[in-house]
Amino acid sequence: MALLTLKVNGREVTRDVAPQTLLVEFIREHLRLTGTHVGCDTAQCGACTVHVDGRATKSCNMLALQAQGRELTTIEGLAAADGTLHPMQAAFRSAHGLQCGFCTPGMVMSAVDLVQHHDCSSEAKVRDGLQGNLCRCTGYHNIVKAVQQGAAAMK
Amino acid sequence: MNAPDTAFIGKAVERREDARFLTGRGQYTDDISLPGQTHGVFLRSPHAHARIRSVDTSAAAQAPGVLAVFTGEHFRGVGGLPCGWQINNVTDGSPMKEPRHPVLADGKVRYVGDRVALVVAESVEQAKAAAALIEVDYEVLPAVVDAAEAAGAQAVVHDEAADNTCYTWAIGDGEGTAAAIQGAAHVTRLSFRNNRLIPNAIEPRAANASYNAASDEYTLYVANQNPHVERLLMCAFVLGIPEHKMRVVAPDVGGGFGSKIFLYGEETALVWASKQVGRPIKWTAERAEAFLADAHGRDHVTEAELAMDKDGKFLALRVHTTANLGAYLSTFSTAVPTILYATLLAGQYATPKIHCTVKAVFTNTAPVDAYRGAGRPEASYLIERIVETAAKEMKLDPAEIRRRNYIRSFPYATPVGLTYDTGDYEATLNRAIELADVKGFAARRAASEAKGLKRGLGYSAYIEACGIAPSSIAGALGARAGLFEAGEVRVHPTGKVTVFTGSHSHGQGHETTFAQVVADRLGIPMEDVSIEHGDTGKTLFGMGTYGSRSLAVGGTAIVKALDKVIAKGKKIAAHLMEAADTDVVFEGGQFKVAGTDKAVPFAQVSLTAYVPHNFPHDKLEPGLNENAFYDPSNFTYPAGTYVCEVEVDPATGVVHVERMTACDDFGNVINPMIVEGQVHGGLAQGIGQALLEHGVYDKESGQLLTGSFMDYAMPRADDLPSFTVETAKGTPCTHNPLGVKGCGEAGAIGAPAAVINAICDALGVQDVPMPASPFTVWKAARGQA
Repeated sequence: MALLTLKVNGREVTRDVAPQTLLVEFIREHLRLTGTHVGCDTAQCGACTVHVDGRATKSCNMLALQAQGRELTTIEGLAAADGTLHPMQAAFRSAHGLQCGFCTPGMVMSAVDLVQHHDCSSEAKVRDGLQGNLCRCTGYHNIVKAVQQGAAAMK
Repeated sequence: MNAPDTAFIGKAVERREDARFLTGRGQYTDDISLPGQTHGVFLRSPHAHARIRSVDTSAAAQAPGVLAVFTGEHFRGVGGLPCGWQINNVTDGSPMKEPRHPVLADGKVRYVGDRVALVVAESVEQAKAAAALIEVDYEVLPAVVDAAEAAGAQAVVHDEAADNTCYTWAIGDGEGTAAAIQGAAHVTRLSFRNNRLIPNAIEPRAANASYNAASDEYTLYVANQNPHVERLLMCAFVLGIPEHKMRVVAPDVGGGFGSKIFLYGEETALVWASKQVGRPIKWTAERAEAFLADAHGRDHVTEAELAMDKDGKFLALRVHTTANLGAYLSTFSTAVPTILYATLLAGQYATPKIHCTVKAVFTNTAPVDAYRGAGRPEASYLIERIVETAAKEMKLDPAEIRRRNYIRSFPYATPVGLTYDTGDYEATLNRAIELADVKGFAARRAASEAKGLKRGLGYSAYIEACGIAPSSIAGALGARAGLFEAGEVRVHPTGKVTVFTGSHSHGQGHETTFAQVVADRLGIPMEDVSIEHGDTGKTLFGMGTYGSRSLAVGGTAIVKALDKVIAKGKKIAAHLMEAADTDVVFEGGQFKVAGTDKAVPFAQVSLTAYVPHNFPHDKLEPGLNENAFYDPSNFTYPAGTYVCEVEVDPATGVVHVERMTACDDFGNVINPMIVEGQVHGGLAQGIGQALLEHGVYDKESGQLLTGSFMDYAMPRADDLPSFTVETAKGTPCTHNPLGVKGCGEAGAIGAPAAVINAICDALGVQDVPMPASPFTVWKAARGQA
């Protein structure tokens, strides 16, 4: 076991974790932040995407201890403290960019990173940027619309 | 003061469930942790077919953290997993072969991933480590995985079905069809496979089972589409638990697409074992397990002949299909290639003679059952591929050959057992042609050709039977269950309303759509209505959500309960206003005496029902709480026309879907935003089937070669275009009060044929197999099969 200290959704947390603990297990099982989901075992689906130091990261693909001293944002920490949805969350709602909701947290976290750090100036670029996140419900049609709307609102 | 706007039907109301999903507050099964919970891990067969000579669990049982290890022998005293639909052989009327489907494999394993043992331990890691210590002595047997090779194969999956045949079934007029084909001016023939698909809801299956010794009650949290059906099947057919001693909760569920309808061995074993270990047991499938052990979809091998006269008028359709059922009969597996398939073979056309035989076979593969569309995509693919091929052979425009054959008068009794109540197929065709700009296609094709590319256009005009089903018809066809739905409207004293529905939402947005219906009918704000589902401890009964039935059947049950609430409310209001019951009308949330200005609001009537000081006690009981069961009198028949336009690079075989246009007739629409979203998702799965997805087993070893997202090509955002989707004004369903038909499966049913027709058009070939991967298309472009 080793001591892990990091900032999660703006608050510092310290926990004893086993070295083999994945970051996603730490988030879900140790912190009980169950908005981050696990949809596969090969880092293909992106349902576990969180922000580590502001960059989208598949939390199934990183050990918890690798997050030592870093800043983590999960879907629970994306909205404002008063509950106002992040513009990307609001866009997913107004564009009907989610159905069952299971891929949604990872999809939203990826979309925020896409807007902040990548080119999403065209539909093709948005689709390219969403390749790492699987959705089985929406056919991506409304997710693409949501990301474009969210991008405009984030400007 | 203006009355609040309570006209909600037909409006694109934003979804109420989204708030929790977007902020990480959804509660899926794996999010639930119970005090004292343990973890279950299943040891699975590495072989497609083997005799189990012995299982030694002694080392595993002593491993750190292990509470118990269970194998097939522990389940000899309970029932097998039941099949919900009996199909009889056409030859002699004898019932299908129905071998025991054990909770855990006993004596033999029959597919890679078959459950061999359940290890229960303090942690997942400990359970996994212990599972690795179980020694199973296997005698490996020959395996068969291909439906076309099952009959007469060396491998015999079940001793009681020596030729691996479960049943041979037929529908329609065999002699009349044969005669019509013999005398026809032209016969188009096509053979093809409908590729095996693996459902892959993004939430894997999961369960958490517990037993309370104090009350002698079980609770099962499970990712499931129909918790009451799960409870009924598990209690009555397998474990013998009294039904009232078991509660099944299907909380937020991350997609189903059919795969979470069925009773599986995993959750059944957990429930049974939870009493043995005296603590809750949680299991969440890894994706690799989902690939191996969720019920797969499709996997048909088909030959079809369409006979027509010299003008392209259809005379007869003859079909022979071999359907792969996998190693065991999953819950609704036997109905999919028969009742949900062959009965749809008329499509949108007035073909007078149809005959279909279906041979269903056992193989050493995962069980095959309903997956989005379930039988209807297979039927639609067949019809729309052969009709388009016939058009090319007859040198007719594909739209024109359809126009010549449409059913135009309703009700219409097909030669394969269904009666379509209403429809207007040409309307969706005409609109789809406009939306897809078919007029501009020639110019776009020329532009592609100038770049050395091929461009093609394909139609698909599907029909489906939804809202399953009239129980009496289903029963006559072999269903072992009723297919009604239940609903309860509980009006609280203050006029707020809780509605309990037996339908289950796993992405469909019932909490919004159903609330729209209720608020609209009662003339109250949507905030005053909540929708509860997915818990046998709350809802009186339910048959669940599949077959696009939630609104048509479940919604109607709610409407019927609302009618009872309003009828009772009228009597209470009549008493309050000292009027005759028959003079009271209900409109805009007010009970009014017709022709006067006397009115009492809904909330005053509800308050009176619960504070019945001034109440017609001689005629009524207090309270305002009504339930209803609704059993439909017919299926509903959504239909539509899809047009796909592809660009193909003949040098690489890469296909780009340039345009995908859908015009659907779903009857009346409650929430167009949600309905279009359902179509989008269906289209993606249909295009996925046509271009990308294929569950492949190695013929020699029986290993699943597509066992992860790295091998099984799920559609990703950059594989798909944006869609053009329009819901036609449509022909309302004639036999349910909402006039709705169902929209959940249409996209997956209609899309595959449109895509493949477009590719065939681009390449000028008769057929390209699904999935039309680049290599497959590259070969087809070179005239290679």
